[in-house]
Amino acid sequence: MFKIVTKKVLSEVNKLMEIEAPLVARKAQPGQFIMLRVSETGERIPLTIADSDKKRGTVTIIFQEIGKTTRELGTKEAGGYLNDFVGPLGKPMEMPSSGRVIAVGGGVGIAPLYPKVKAFQKAGLEVISIIGAKTASLLMLIDEMCLASKELHVCTDDGTKGYKGFVTDLLQSFLDDKTKKIDEIIAIGPIPMMTFVANQTRPYGIKTMVSLNPIMVDGTGMCGCCRVTVGGEIKFSCIDGPVFDGHRVDFKELARRSRTYLDKEKIALDKFEHECKCGGEELWHLAMSK
Amino acid sequence: MALGNEQIKQLRKMKEKHPMPEQDHRERIKNFNEVPFGYDAETAVKEANRCLQCKNAPCVKGCPVEVDIPGFIKLIQEENFDEGIKKLKEKNSLPAVCGRVCPQESQCESFCIKGKKGQPVAIGRLERFLADWELAKGVETPGKPAKTGKRVAIVGSGPAGLTAAGDLAKMGHEVVLFEAFHSTGGVLRYGIPEFRLPKEKILQREIDYIASLGVDIKTNIVVGRTITVDELFDEEGFQAVFIGTGAGLPQFLGIPGENYSGVYSANEFLTRTNLMKAYLFPEWDTPIKLTKKVAVVGAGNVAMDSARTALRLGAEEVHIVYRRSDKEMPARAEEIHHAKEEGVTFNLLTNPVEILPDGEGWVKGMKCIKMELGEPDDSGRARPVPIEGSEFVFDVGTVVIAIGNSPNPLIPQTTSGLEIGRRGTIVADADGATSRKGVFAGGDIVTGAATVILAMGAGKTAARAIDQYLGTL
Ligand SMILES: Cc1cc2nc3c(=O)[nH]c(=O)nc-3n(C[C@H](O)[C@H](O)[C@H](O)COP(=O)(O)OP(=O)(O)OC[C@H]3O[C@@H](n4cnc5c(N)ncnc54)[C@H](O)[C@@H]3O)c2cc1C
Ligand SMILES: Cc1cc2nc3c(=O)[nH]c(=O)nc-3n(C[C@H](O)[C@H](O)[C@H](O)COP(=O)(O)OP(=O)(O)OC[C@H]3O[C@@H](n4cnc5c(N)ncnc54)[C@H](O)[C@@H]3O)c2cc1C
Ligand code: SF4
Ligand code: SF4
Ligand code: FES
Repeated sequence: MFKIVTKKVLSEVNKLMEIEAPLVARKAQPGQFIMLRVSETGERIPLTIADSDKKRGTVTIIFQEIGKTTRELGTKEAGGYLNDFVGPLGKPMEMPSSGRVIAVGGGVGIAPLYPKVKAFQKAGLEVISIIGAKTASLLMLIDEMCLASKELHVCTDDGTKGYKGFVTDLLQSFLDDKTKKIDEIIAIGPIPMMTFVANQTRPYGIKTMVSLNPIMVDGTGMCGCCRVTVGGEIKFSCIDGPVFDGHRVDFKELARRSRTYLDKEKIALDKFEHECKCGGEELWHLAMSK
Repeated sequence: MALGNEQIKQLRKMKEKHPMPEQDHRERIKNFNEVPFGYDAETAVKEANRCLQCKNAPCVKGCPVEVDIPGFIKLIQEENFDEGIKKLKEKNSLPAVCGRVCPQESQCESFCIKGKKGQPVAIGRLERFLADWELAKGVETPGKPAKTGKRVAIVGSGPAGLTAAGDLAKMGHEVVLFEAFHSTGGVLRYGIPEFRLPKEKILQREIDYIASLGVDIKTNIVVGRTITVDELFDEEGFQAVFIGTGAGLPQFLGIPGENYSGVYSANEFLTRTNLMKAYLFPEWDTPIKLTKKVAVVGAGNVAMDSARTALRLGAEEVHIVYRRSDKEMPARAEEIHHAKEEGVTFNLLTNPVEILPDGEGWVKGMKCIKMELGEPDDSGRARPVPIEGSEFVFDVGTVVIAIGNSPNPLIPQTTSGLEIGRRGTIVADADGATSRKGVFAGGDIVTGAATVILAMGAGKTAARAIDQYLGTL
């Protein structure tokens, strides 16, 4: 059992938890993730390691309540326990050694983006961050991202905070600025956003990394559920990734495979909501509509 | 229940095995309960009396761990089950498992004299009988041995790791077993289905027994990620490490269309069902999805398990697709028999060439080509050759790929000083010693995908070698 040390509500659908897992904390590197199970009958789900503290032996996770498991996780309080928590999994991300990096985060992608931005800053890179969400209440980690970046640009689809429009609009202005070289771009968010960014940067020939979130079962390379096509080859996201070169990823396939269990996930969520009566129906639609 | 001399004489002449009662095939495809019920004591004693107690006991040569087969069978004849199980356990630490899953027809039973003119003695069923009898009665834990003060780490909780752990604990060493999953047992847990090996009733109790010997089991630890083998030595103070991480990396066919939704590796298909209990969805959270028509590619145990699982998950038609002929099918005879009985269709000499999608990226069909057998290949088996122009399309919506597993590369990649074989296996000598001092390995990670009893045997041999090695420190 793994103890929940702290819990913080970041926005309407995003929560943060620090979990006591000293062995994971000792090894965690930017780009890696954990798999957890909330209860004995629960699903194994992957979440990015948002932060870790070797001394306190804790690992921070930030999650968007999107379906049954993340909703149930959200009902847990500090002092409570998770059944299983294993990691760190995946390859640590490769760092550019110097230069200017643009970090683009959309919605729940802001959580996995944050530890990478922090690592860039620590490595002495110049980081410009662009984060966006559907609406202001879905934004998160604004202060943290601001501290970790040289510049932070915020946008919302409905204009409730920052620039009214998409992260790709803001990114375009940097791409257009020929006076300043961009050495690398990292983009994390919903699949359509990452697809868009990859297509947008391809003509400029700027290396664009993405962190993929396919469905996973074990997270250790033994099931092949997380396979994605990268540069025409099959890769397992959990051991070969989850960070890949966005220009080479087959996003269409990834999007398709992610929808495999939609109907079943709805059944699981409905059952959960029925049992705990906390009205997640709207949240589901909100999450799914993005 | 003592048998009369006349009766014993009759039994010794009896050609057929005593049948083992099992669930009717029409009923059993609707549930995940175990198929065969096992012998009762009376039938077991009768079956035991078919054994001729051969002096040279050819059957023993067929058992990779050299179980004293006539020895334990004699004790069943005498109805001395207490001593019988002890005799069995001298060589076999997981008899309830092996009695159920050993390919007896190609091992012990294939050498049995009785098999020359009729059916061999049902060695596997008798083994299962003794083990189940002991589990029902409650297994005694042996007294704790004197502590040696030496520490051994075991990586992986499949049959190799469990056996090595149990034996080393009995020798008085401090044993910690690390498992990546949240649950122990390896393939016995996530691969072999409930209807062949009940998880709570049988497997868990075998594991509880190993734990009761003093083995400290730590789940949720991926060695190579959470902690490395180097750290187990340098930071955690272990004097020896045994690696039993199995062959868990699924192979795909490498044909177009393998990533459409509805294509599963057998590992994913079986893990969702067995480990994550998708057949109990939504009581358990993990889903699985399949269509009315399912194709399973391959014809080993893994393929049979996938096909029979698909039936139980509600598929109406399940097809095995295999590129060689029935003679080459590697699965246990009993599994093939059960699969056929349950209505699985066998499409032999057929090879998939492409998986076809519907408009949404779901599988709609699988294009196959007919094969014929040509010259033998390196493995000595006839090489299947495609028959030109014989392509046809199977209209299936789910494809399970069960063509084999390779060793997981994580430990080889993260451990210094380990010699790795051509196929990604860890190189070890007959005692399980690897190229690195203090590191031993056994089971599928050394041999490539093999059998439970071989993995167990490797665990046993390595435990002895580790004990000797620790004595030299
Ligand atoms: C490497 C990696 C890192 C991730 N990091 C984060 C993170 O830091 N924060 C965060 O909020 N989310 C993260 N995710 C996504 C998160 O795992 C899913 O949102 C979560 O599994 C949804 O589970 P659910 O039961 O709540 O929703 P469900 O209703 O089951 O699913 C909703 C959607 O989530 C996806 N999903 C479902 N099951 C899984 C699964 N087992 N594995 C992966 N995706 C699944 C599917 O696309 C599905 O349509 C990450 C995913 C990956 C692969
Ligand atoms: C579906 C299926 C059906 C089968 N049917 C039969 C049968 O009927 N009869 C038969 O004799 N054989 C059968 N086999 C083969 C048999 O199960 C295997 O040969 C045997 O289990 C191998 O044992 P092992 O201990 O080497 O490895 P495994 O059983 O594979 O166990 C390895 C364990 O190590 C863990 N692990 C892996 N990497 C790490 C790591 N880095 N850190 C920590 N833990 C790790 C894994 O999670 C796993 O629990 C079958 C196999 C499958 C897949
Ligand atoms: S362990 Fe397997 S091979 Fe050996 S006697 Fe028992 S059933 Fe036969
Ligand atoms: S060969 Fe058959 S009959 Fe002879 S001892 Fe072995 S099991 Fe008994
Ligand atoms: S999640 Fe199973 S192989 Fe990646």
